[in-house]
Order: sequence, then structure tokens, then C-alpha cells
Amino acid sequence: MEYEAIIGMEVHVQLKTASKIYCGCSTAFGAEPNTQTCPVCLGLPGALPVLNRKAVELGLKAAVTLVCDEIVERAAFARKNYFYPDLPKGYQITQFGAPLARHGRIEIEVEGQQKEIGIRHLLIEEDAGKLIHSEGESDVSFVDFNRCGVPLLEIVSEPDLRTPAEAHAYLAALKEVIEYAGISDADMEKGQMRCEPNISVRPRGYKEFGTRTELKNLNSFRNVERAIAFEIERHIGILERGEKVEQATMLWDERAQRASPMRVKEEAHDYRYFPEPDLTAVTLGRDLAAQIRAELPELPRAKRARFVSGYGIAPEQAAVCASSPAVADYFEAVAKACGDGNEAAKWIVGVVASAVNEGKWDVNAPSVAAEKLAALIRLVADGAVSGIAARENVFPAMLERPGLEPEEAVDELGLRQMSDEARLEAVVDRVIAANPGEVVRYRRGEEKLLGYFVGQVMEETKGRANPKIVNQLLRRKLASG
Amino acid sequence: MSSGREDGGRPGADPVITADEVRHIAHLARLELTDREIEWFRVRLGAILEYVAKLNEIDIENVEPTSHVILMENVLRDDVVRPSLSRDEAIGSAPSSRNGFVAAPRIIETDDSGVV
Repeated sequence: MEYEAIIGMEVHVQLKTASKIYCGCSTAFGAEPNTQTCPVCLGLPGALPVLNRKAVELGLKAAVTLVCDEIVERAAFARKNYFYPDLPKGYQITQFGAPLARHGRIEIEVEGQQKEIGIRHLLIEEDAGKLIHSEGESDVSFVDFNRCGVPLLEIVSEPDLRTPAEAHAYLAALKEVIEYAGISDADMEKGQMRCEPNISVRPRGYKEFGTRTELKNLNSFRNVERAIAFEIERHIGILERGEKVEQATMLWDERAQRASPMRVKEEAHDYRYFPEPDLTAVTLGRDLAAQIRAELPELPRAKRARFVSGYGIAPEQAAVCASSPAVADYFEAVAKACGDGNEAAKWIVGVVASAVNEGKWDVNAPSVAAEKLAALIRLVADGAVSGIAARENVFPAMLERPGLEPEEAVDELGLRQMSDEARLEAVVDRVIAANPGEVVRYRRGEEKLLGYFVGQVMEETKGRANPKIVNQLLRRKLASG
Repeated sequence: MSSGREDGGRPGADPVITADEVRHIAHLARLELTDREIEWFRVRLGAILEYVAKLNEIDIENVEPTSHVILMENVLRDDVVRPSLSRDEAIGSAPSSRNGFVAAPRIIETDDSGVV
């Protein structure tokens, strides 16, 4: 029988704020354990939370970015009650029934196929603390409360995903827009982006959903893809044996590359939500969202499309040139200053991207100003320096000395091309006169000898002759003998 | 524990709240109760629930749900970092701590470990 997997995704990203969501403690990563806490995030008696405006704004920015049809008129907070060592208050302040926004969407692409994935809701809430386990001690957890109260955005998708590859593409698309819009740094290694897929399998063509299981402990896109593939196979195996999938939360074991059910007592899920009495409702969402919508930066998809149509560059080039707002701005500045989008794109994709990869280039503070790179591109176009010399000698020199003008660099390195036709003609004439045998052979049809003549001219000029002009001159002179 | 309503209402009919429900709630709150206490709470909680149930008689067709009694909205603070507690202040009252961490009994949630 053929089966079909139904995948939904619950993603949490850390909102890019300086302070926590309900108190003024820092959210900085990497602090010493338990040095970023206060009575509010520790849940000490009498402490009162106050909502961070920035967290609301970033949440609404996500709602606008993910094209939510409904910005909830009266968003409210609730307490989700449970006991766990990473939760000092004994409850998490989250949103329940009245999230910030609903009914969004995002486009993904898998193997050239476009697909729209629905977003059920967006809400903001606080993170819990971090539990650390040491190998030798099986009975103790070490608790760091620094993360308690760090603002999170929860993004819950509709069950629109069907394959591990689609799930991967969804996460990548989400990460891209979230980072691009400055909502979160979404660094999975720092725990700033986490995802919990839920999976069910049904025979293809069936309307009814199978029993779902949820996956946890996934810390990379690759693990997400693998874990989902594992879980789909596991469900199919159970169904093939005529058995029933049991509802469960599965924990992914990266080392063993398998998922096994978490042991949780049933009543652990009795959260007894009730309205948070210490926080007021948020009713400014619609006005704020309208304002944010007006100021929203162009998103990557739109940017790539505009680069392709506006500058006539290839989609692959556009992908690199629009990979971050900083790179995109740089590309456009170079393209406008040199007047050739195609050349600008070639430089970004080739030379600049390698410099970035080698750690010699900070995209947020380019070592070579856009105008300078544009000037270098113009020097190549004008034939003042060869493309190879520009890439391999001039650009590295400019990279090392940020103040250096390309003109200066070309001269200092002695790389100025000879483009003066009269002077080159004299050299060409000398070369032709010195090689009568080759001239005869060329004229009899051995056209590949042109390269030999070019080489001779280059040798005479120490490689500085403009090859385009030399080629033209040689062809003309050799033909008209 | 003597009051006019200690039978939890309607003797013989379905109790408003069962002993098992009381046990469940007690567990959620991590309270250990004796059977006597459970019965006592069953009666008391039943009385409270029945009393509150009177509200069901009111027509609330045109009333907005109330989550707050104070009429304030949009109370927000700017995203400004303020000093935190020192680590000693933060975890000094924890029963057990080590290397700056609070040490808590471990809860394991996989089925492989054999530990709950």
C-alpha cells in the first residue's frame, strides 16, 4: 500500500530583544549560570511581570512577514501550569486562545516546485531554564535559570507538509525571513530556533488523519529531516503489521539515529490554563501591525525576483546577492555605481563570496567600499586592467589596504594594460615581421597559430597588452598580408 | 468542618466532584492527602463548585468575557536591561547548589534509561 505522511511543525524562535519578556534581565547568550535572573523570572512571591514592548513589536513583525490574515484584536496572556525543574514559577506565561495573530502563510520550494504552507497561529511566551546533565551523575540535574523569561515566538504551521524535504524547506524559508526581518538571529546552535514536528501517516487517498506523534530534541535541519524520515518509516511499519500507532512524544537520539518514546505521565499534560492576572491584554496589535507593514523591508523572495528581472542576473546569482540585507545592499550599490549588474553579480558571487568564506570580509562592514569595487569593475571594462589581474592582484591588495583606490593599486602593481592601439600596432608589426614562417602557415589555414602570435605580443609587453585589442590587430594584419 | 453544605449537595445523585478528581488535582498541586482529607476536600470543593454553578443561571449572551477586573490595557515596558540579582541572591535559598547551578533531582523522560 502507498502511504502519505502529514507533517505539522511547531517552531520556537528567540525574539531579538535586549531584555527578557516580562522583566529587565539581560538575554545575552553565554553568561555564567544563574547571573541573569530576578524575582520576576524566578517567580518569587509578590514579583510582578510587565510585558516587553519590543517582544510585542517583533511578534507583530513576524505576523506581518508571514502574511497573517488576522491580527488578534485583543491578545491576552495565560498561565500554563506544570512542575518541572527548569520552571521555577511552576507555570509558564504564554498565550492561550488569544494569540497575537492567526492564519499566515509562507512559500517553500522543493525541487523547483512551489508550495504554500499555512501558519495556524503566532504567539509570544517565555522560555524555561536549562537543565544540564553530567555523565557520571544519573540522579542530579543542574539548573541554569538564565533562559527563564527569554522571549520566544511560537509559530505553529498547518499540517500542510508531506515529506522530510518539505519540512526542511519550510524551516529554511522560515529561518530566512525571520532573520531577514530582524525578528530573531535564529541560530539553532544557540537554541534560538527549535522545532517540534508532529507526524501522522495515512494510506494515500484517505481523508482521515492517522494518530500523530511528536518529535523532540532536534538541533539541526539535517536531524529534523532524518528524524521525520525515521518516524514516517516507523509509522508505516506499524500500519503494515496491522497494528496501531500510539500517540506519543518521541525523543530523537542523534547518536543512535533513532527516536524513542518519552516517558511522561498522562496528567503532566493537564495544564489548567487560566488568564494571567498580572498582565493586561494587548489591543494595539492592529495599529502597530499596520505601521510595521508600511515599514517592512523587502523580503528575500521579492528581492531575488527583482534582482533577476531588474539587473538581468541569473537566479543562482540572485540567491547569493540577496543572501542577507547587508550583501543585497552592497550588491545594489556596486551595480548602480558601475552601471553593470551582471559584472557586479559576478564579483559578489565569485571574489566577494570567497573573501567572506575565508573570513576576510565582514558583510556588515565591507573591507572594500562599494564605490571602490565599482571603480575597479569600470577599469576592467575600459581595458585599463585585465579581469584576471583585477581579481587576482588588485582586489586582494585593496582588501589588505582598505583606503587604496583601484587606480592607485593598478599602477603600484604595474598592471596597467596597454590599450593604446598605435603602440600595440607597432609591437604586433614587429612580431609578424619576426615570424615569417608562422605567418605563411597561418595564412594557409592553421588558424590556431593566432594564440602563438598573441603569446609573442604578451611576452614583448610583459603581459600588459590588452588581449582584446591585440587579437583584433593580429587578425586584421594576418588576414591582409 | 461542619457546615450546612458539607454533603456536597444532592446526596445519592452524582457527586459534583469525585474522590478520584480530588486525588488528581492534589497530585497536580503536588499535595499528599490522606483518604480522610480527600473526602473532606471532596465535600468542600463540591460545595464551592455548586455555589459557583449558580452563575450558570445568569444570561450572559451579551456580556464580554472578563479576564481582568481592572480596566487597563497595553501596559508595556521599554526593552531596557536592568541589573539582575547576584548569583548568591538568586540561588542562595535553593536546597542544593553546585558550581553556580541549582542541583535538582533528575527527571528522565526516555524509556531507555529505566529511570523515571
